[in-house]
Amino acid sequence: MKKVLIDGSCIVTEAMARAGADAFIGYPITPANLLYQYAGRRFPLMIPAPDEITVVQWMSGLSACGRIPATATSFPGFALMLESINMAFMMELPMIIILVQRLGPATGTATCGAQGDITLLRGMISGGHQLPVLCPSGFTDCWKLGALSVSISAGLRSPVIFLTSKEMMMTVRSFDTDKLGILKPVKRVFYQGDDPYKSYQPAENGIPPFLPVTSSRWQVRLNASTHDNEGILQHSTPGALDNTRRLDQKAVSRLPEYTFFDLDEQDGACTIIMSYGITSAAAGEAVAAIRKRGIRVSLLVAKTLFPVPDKYYEILDRYERVVIAEENINAQYARILFGARLPERVIVAGSIGKMVRRDEIIKKVISPL
Amino acid sequence: MKPILNSPDLPYCRGCGHSLIAKGTAKALEALGIQPADVIIVTDIGCHGIIDRCLNTHTVHGLHGRSVALGAGIAMGLDNPDKEVIVFIGDGGSTIGLQHILEAARLNLDMTVVVHNNMLYGMTGGQSSGLTPRDFKTVFPESGNPYESYDLCALLVSQGAARVSRIAGTGDLSSHLQEALSVRGFSLIEVVEVCPGYGVKFNPGRNLREIIATSGKPAGKWENQRESFVYPRGTKTEDLLGDLRFIDQTNDPVAPFSLALVLSGSAGEGVQVAARLLACAAVGAGYHVALKGNYPVTVGVGFSSAELVISDRPAGSHDTEIPGVVVVTSGDGLSHIRKRIAGMKKGMLFIDSSLPVPETGSDIYSHDFRSAGARSASLYALLVFLKTTGYIPVEAVFRAIRDQGYDKKVQTGRLRSLIGC
Repeated sequence: MKKVLIDGSCIVTEAMARAGADAFIGYPITPANLLYQYAGRRFPLMIPAPDEITVVQWMSGLSACGRIPATATSFPGFALMLESINMAFMMELPMIIILVQRLGPATGTATCGAQGDITLLRGMISGGHQLPVLCPSGFTDCWKLGALSVSISAGLRSPVIFLTSKEMMMTVRSFDTDKLGILKPVKRVFYQGDDPYKSYQPAENGIPPFLPVTSSRWQVRLNASTHDNEGILQHSTPGALDNTRRLDQKAVSRLPEYTFFDLDEQDGACTIIMSYGITSAAAGEAVAAIRKRGIRVSLLVAKTLFPVPDKYYEILDRYERVVIAEENINAQYARILFGARLPERVIVAGSIGKMVRRDEIIKKVISPL
Repeated sequence: MKPILNSPDLPYCRGCGHSLIAKGTAKALEALGIQPADVIIVTDIGCHGIIDRCLNTHTVHGLHGRSVALGAGIAMGLDNPDKEVIVFIGDGGSTIGLQHILEAARLNLDMTVVVHNNMLYGMTGGQSSGLTPRDFKTVFPESGNPYESYDLCALLVSQGAARVSRIAGTGDLSSHLQEALSVRGFSLIEVVEVCPGYGVKFNPGRNLREIIATSGKPAGKWENQRESFVYPRGTKTEDLLGDLRFIDQTNDPVAPFSLALVLSGSAGEGVQVAARLLACAAVGAGYHVALKGNYPVTVGVGFSSAELVISDRPAGSHDTEIPGVVVVTSGDGLSHIRKRIAGMKKGMLFIDSSLPVPETGSDIYSHDFRSAGARSASLYALLVFLKTTGYIPVEAVFRAIRDQGYDKKVQTGRLRSLIGC
């Protein structure tokens, strides 16, 4: 057994590097600084940028050259990145943005964790389109999902958000590194056709093959404005709007390939606790404690937050009551799942300024019974 | 050789300097014998950006004012002197993206930026920009720009650009562009034009050379002798996990307990190291540990605290809100933790004997921790805690000091003497 003291930042950085992310553009921000430091030691290319807009622009340029860049930030930096992430989405450029949540609004408290950026992430792309958002619930997830975020990004030709929070990235834990499996770098296959390349001509799976701007054979056109399948700017021609509709469906249609969750169902349970990220540990402890009292309860830990997998509704619809535990005070994921007016059967255990505690979740499950 | 432009018909107003730039760039590249497939032209929002469809090169059309940063990323990603990265940007884009241009110049990235400076925002109705000369009239202010414009060239020369030039956008521009494209490193050419749609209309009777001559930003060429951006290839570790120190675990049976402990002291007094060593000792003794540090952003002053959960079960949620043990070694530490101490209805408080004992329901253990010296007080306090409670053998901490490489930093002998082992 190889026990070490380790933080999530180290695991994520190593996982992404092993999976094939080969460049890191950094701008320091708490609580993402450990990722910056580890990336400087691990990534083949690590360049500090002067601001977060530059970060994503440089990443986009690197991605256009066939690299898979990554960065890490928190809300204030993420807010600056938004337009450029929209650009990368529109250009269909692979990259990974690690968003380490902290207490907001605005600058908030840099050294206090939170899960308060969920609503933002659902609406971050103008037009309401969606990006894959993966959220680790523990260190083994940091490893697996860290690597998967790289392969999903390359496979989908899309930015991927790796959503986490301060406690997951900064808290040091004893951990057995033998639990981390072998990771292999993603094998990217670039366009090899004999016909001139069209940057946004989708293959059968709805995803256009990628060709870097380093190509000496075919012309590559990348475009952040509304464009046709050749990448030529259009106003609102049918071809261009078809391309935008395809973009809208791209992440959604491939969702079954990257739907990740843990489900611990108990026969006869009427209540299910749902959680994600750092709060899922307290949710798991709550489930164990409730079961000890002889009360049946199930647990769903969501790891693919967006697009919301239909599977979650399939599961949640089996229960009379749903308790959603998340570290915010406005039921962000709960409202995305169930609407602004939460049904009576949906109860939320929330918190700000501190993590949601096990006992708070237990109380929500037990008190109305 | 395939031409750079795929059509002689360009999408610009009659008399627009943008056409001259496009044709001049194409002619310059062809004169240099550069194939379209070896050229990446990055554009953004503005009239200059609608040239893409006329180009046989690779084209990348990005956000307003961000094309230099996008092109910089491409230049970094290419790492290939045989490829040309050319950025077209307007005067409006140059000011919203000024930081990007300064950065590319500072790094001396191998790329060429062509600023289409028609002295106003042409695509949005003719508003003045940061490069609009004083007194030049635009849709606003109609009476003429009351402010001095940026001297983009001077700014970039000061930041180390390999070559910067400003020219009037008339006639055949290809020789100027050829010169700019031949530079290894960051090169920018500011082409001053008069927008035929708005500039001519608002400034009747003025000509380009007169405008440049009276602007205080003369035509010219400036150079810095600098090496181009060098791709950083530092020594990298192959495996972050391989750099970690593994902790040998004892085979002794693990007594079942879970403990939330907060160590609270002063910055610079070894609080974080002491907590980490206790964590290592606990892991070595077979326990699961979660540890987080807490300190102000000014890391060298004020409190420093560490919160540990030690448990025979995996420490899942790291719940230290109501600690079982608090160890306080200084006044800073006490101020930081005082409220939580007051909330403790049971548990243990280990506190330096120089400090006042706060109201608490916990058992109090007062001891002269600072007799070990300020930098060792925290570690000594934890040793006292372990010796008092017996949760983990004191010897496990000394083993951690050795195994984790702290034996030269920690006064082991003195601590052994103080703790009596």
